[in-house]
Amino acid sequence: MDESREDEFPRRPDRRITVPHTGVDLPLDLDLTRRDILKIAGYGSLAAFIAACGGSNPTTSTSVTATGGKMSLGSYQSDSVPKKALADLVTAFQSANGGTKVTVNTVDHGTFQNQITSYLQGTPEDVFTWFSGHRMRFFASKGLATPIDDVWNAVKSNYTEGFANSVKGDDGHVYAVPTSYYPWAVFYRKDVFAQHNYTVPTNWDDFKALCAKMKTDGLIPIAFADKDGWPAMGTFDILNLRLNGYDFHVGLCTGQQKWTDPKVTSVFKKWAEITPYYSPAFAGLTWQQAADQLLRKQAGMYLLGLFVSQEFLASGSAADLGQLDFFPFPHVGSPYDAEEALDAPIDVYMVTKKSPSLSSDTGQAKAFMEYIAKGSVQTQYFVESPGAIPTANDADQSKYDPLTKKAADIVSKAKKITQFFDRDSRPDFAGPNGMQQFLLKYLANPTSDTMSLQTSMQSFWDSLGPE
Amino acid sequence: MARTTSISPAAPAPEAGELVATGRGRYHVLTRYDRRVLALMVGIPLLLDVVLIWWPTFSSIFLSLTNWDGVGDVTPQNFIGLKNYQFLLSGGYFQFWPAVAHNFIWLAWLTFIATPLGIFFAVLLDRDMRGSRIYQSVFYLPVVLSLVVVGFIWELQFGPTEGFINNAFGLVKSGHIIDWLGNPRINLFAVLVAASWRHVGYMMVIYLAGLKSVDPTLREAAKVDGANEVQTFFRVVFPVMAPINTVIVVLTTIESLRAFDLAFIINQGKNGLELLSILITNNSISESTRVGFGSAIAVILLVISLGPIIAFLSQAMRTVRS
Amino acid sequence: MSAIASGTAPSDRAALRPAHLPRRAGKGIRPGRVILHAFLIAMTALWVFPLFWAVYSSLRPISDTVKNGYVSWPAGGLSLDNYRTFWTEADLPYFYANTLVIVVPSVILILLLASMVAFACTQFSWRFNVTVLMIFTAGNLLPPQVIIVPLYHIYLSTPIPSFTELDVGRFAFPFFSDNNLLYDQYIGIMLIHVVFQTGFATFVLSNYMKTISKEITESAIMDGAHVLRIWWNIVLPLCRPALAAMATLLFTFIYNDFFWALILLKTGDKRPITSALNNLQGEFFSNNNLIAAGALLAAVPPILIYIFLQKQFIAGLTLGSTKG
Repeated sequence: MDESREDEFPRRPDRRITVPHTGVDLPLDLDLTRRDILKIAGYGSLAAFIAACGGSNPTTSTSVTATGGKMSLGSYQSDSVPKKALADLVTAFQSANGGTKVTVNTVDHGTFQNQITSYLQGTPEDVFTWFSGHRMRFFASKGLATPIDDVWNAVKSNYTEGFANSVKGDDGHVYAVPTSYYPWAVFYRKDVFAQHNYTVPTNWDDFKALCAKMKTDGLIPIAFADKDGWPAMGTFDILNLRLNGYDFHVGLCTGQQKWTDPKVTSVFKKWAEITPYYSPAFAGLTWQQAADQLLRKQAGMYLLGLFVSQEFLASGSAADLGQLDFFPFPHVGSPYDAEEALDAPIDVYMVTKKSPSLSSDTGQAKAFMEYIAKGSVQTQYFVESPGAIPTANDADQSKYDPLTKKAADIVSKAKKITQFFDRDSRPDFAGPNGMQQFLLKYLANPTSDTMSLQTSMQSFWDSLGPE
Repeated sequence: MARTTSISPAAPAPEAGELVATGRGRYHVLTRYDRRVLALMVGIPLLLDVVLIWWPTFSSIFLSLTNWDGVGDVTPQNFIGLKNYQFLLSGGYFQFWPAVAHNFIWLAWLTFIATPLGIFFAVLLDRDMRGSRIYQSVFYLPVVLSLVVVGFIWELQFGPTEGFINNAFGLVKSGHIIDWLGNPRINLFAVLVAASWRHVGYMMVIYLAGLKSVDPTLREAAKVDGANEVQTFFRVVFPVMAPINTVIVVLTTIESLRAFDLAFIINQGKNGLELLSILITNNSISESTRVGFGSAIAVILLVISLGPIIAFLSQAMRTVRS
Repeated sequence: MSAIASGTAPSDRAALRPAHLPRRAGKGIRPGRVILHAFLIAMTALWVFPLFWAVYSSLRPISDTVKNGYVSWPAGGLSLDNYRTFWTEADLPYFYANTLVIVVPSVILILLLASMVAFACTQFSWRFNVTVLMIFTAGNLLPPQVIIVPLYHIYLSTPIPSFTELDVGRFAFPFFSDNNLLYDQYIGIMLIHVVFQTGFATFVLSNYMKTISKEITESAIMDGAHVLRIWWNIVLPLCRPALAAMATLLFTFIYNDFFWALILLKTGDKRPITSALNNLQGEFFSNNNLIAAGALLAAVPPILIYIFLQKQFIAGLTLGSTKG
């Protein structure tokens, strides 16, 4: 962001919010200067993810919505299972909204993300699937998304304040409706652990001892795959959160902290202790291939998002899925362990700005945004396409399987929550020729001195213009 | 355009831009209608070419002097002079010089390994022998395949745990997996093997056609003089093939500078597979939105490409003029 | 290019005829020949293997390869299941249709435009005819990435009328644009292929036409024929072999492209098969067996063309050889 524009957005007075049902007060604004941090902090400081605090019924306002007519939706849900679930959701919306004709454009994840800037500037659909965090605020501040405060007013009673903050742009307006989220954790197969009498490690030494044991048992201790570049960020995030704490991590994501900081060195040092236990040739494997190693009992553990369960369903069976379990990343013996921080990305829907049909479809688009904020809608979607947890307070939790219940629970227990590196940091830094490349470089030789790498990370950051 | 429509056999040399049918010493001035038709025949495609190829090329040069992020209009504030170039050439962008190096390794590999192999196959097959057609067909089969398909087919060979090579040589079982696609020291060469699979056949076809048009009496004469096949090729055939040799070198160079698809398909051009074309795409048509910066890389690629393009044109236009 | 460069006439297009002089010196089997064949057989085996391996992998069920590894005998039998899965789940016929709708009009347009330019530049001499040829040829040699950003913005700001839409089942072809722009349209992709490849085709065709005696054109003009007639009725028929060769080659070029469609189409359902295939990797594809099947299905049309039109294909390459 342009520093000179900073003044136009004075910091809002100190706010505190209460975690529902706990009475715990949490600072909303941390003592950091940049707006970016405020925003991330606003969401991240919440253990308020608890979807369990329903009770209030959403007030529906029909003033901004319209029935009938038509609208369009740009979706990155290209995998067959979520694609089908979304298609069913759209069909249900059509009949619920007076026959609104919805055109869905599905583009695969990778391409959709790569081309988002040109997509939003070109002729986007009215509504699109996206992510919260910096990645949402970035496009909002570029004027490529439409604020939807009116929609939010109609549905906000169905959301916790944590979600409410996750969809606010830099200008204080609301730009998205969150529909699902999922935690990153260490996944394993219960039957494999039972067979070898492994116990879930809670601290770093136990974790490493378990890795060593698995190795002697002929397992790949930690499945790992980084051909796509982004999965390694998950490990970086959690190690940095554990070792250096939430504030430092967020500062690093937003340029407040330096990559040359010895704290970053400590992350790389710690990481190098477990890289010997990784899947061989991980830089040539996709996350699905690593998930298959876990599925086929070749690997013991896998640090990934809850979506790993989709691969268990796609390549395995329901029985395999029943064996899938996870534990939070172990404590490392730092003061920040108590934060129980983790990555829990939120997926959202947003309304575009430049859609050629938006002027006529705004009412329908907003009706759709209100529709997907309903717990019943999100529950139905979840039942068809598990792997992420509904966000609405009134989502029917009795439909959750034990894994999902546990996932919701681990997020609710976290005192600090981040999205994911590429959602919390600026896109030109996080991309394939930035952070992805740096981490791959590190992983190619994890035990070497990382200072020159950190120096080039910092100078790359410094070279990026104002955002 | 001349104003006259009369046919005058004794007309002087045509004026600038005049369309006349050529004949030995005779000029037939065309009717105005014919001139207009000819002007349209050339003009419409030329206009399209200029608007959609050359105008964007020059726009890229302009954009490379800005820090435009691709959103909204380019304003005078975006103009930053040669900063993008300074930054690139001074090594400020850590991916730039590796990408340049990879493009040149690509070029060296194709020039010294794949192209000579194609020429070698062409020389071997340029003889009256049984099965020559079958051999030829096999070698140029990959040329018809899309690079996307070529990429997939070779991922099946190079895949670390499921690929043919590591499994066939027992590397997966013994735990000595070679990460053909993920190890930045070797993955470029794995990709080059895939690229060569296609390039060799391509070069062979072109060279074979050239060889077949070499005057056979030259070879006979060399034979009579007691030259063996190797000597005949290097001393007689190769020099006669000079124009084709130029074309082949130029084509190889252009292919190397254009390299994009295979690396993009395998890992979006990172971790050892950085190429200039990919840096352009990843910087300017991606979430990054560093359009000005990406354009500067594009201009550098353009400048490097101009060498072979000019070489090709001067070779080609020599034949057109002749 | 090469045939032209070495000064041969179109009638003895080198690759189209058998080798010239028999150079077999003695009778019987010579050891040199045996070694030669052994070498060539080894090399062809090496060349075919990757393709063979893809076919083999594609025919095996995933359960079999998971259990026994990829390098193993087909204990689980061979079947076309992967093809069937891919064909239906990836909606393949639909993407073939996208390709066809882009490729066929593009090839026709390229041949028309290129033959016009080549005709005007080679049958008539005027001051800038060589310059024009150079503009076209050089444009074709540029790396596409050099022009992509400005081109993208041109596509976003060029208004195109929409009149009607041709609906065939799920498939809809708009005349000419369903968003009033060039961006994200079949015609946009066609246009950039046409412009880019016209450069190549012009170069090849002008080389070919150069060998046609100018006296034909000349005497036709003397007889009062209009240039359009000469082009259509006299020169084009003479160029038939070159046009056939170019059509074959252009078909495979455009069929195989994935860059333009990747950048200039935003609608997933409009993508031609080659770009769609790339997008399906890692998303829909969950295993190598399916990847192999998908890649081979996408490769079928060019391979068929190659098998049935091999002569034209090779002639196209050797005529032009500025592209591959």
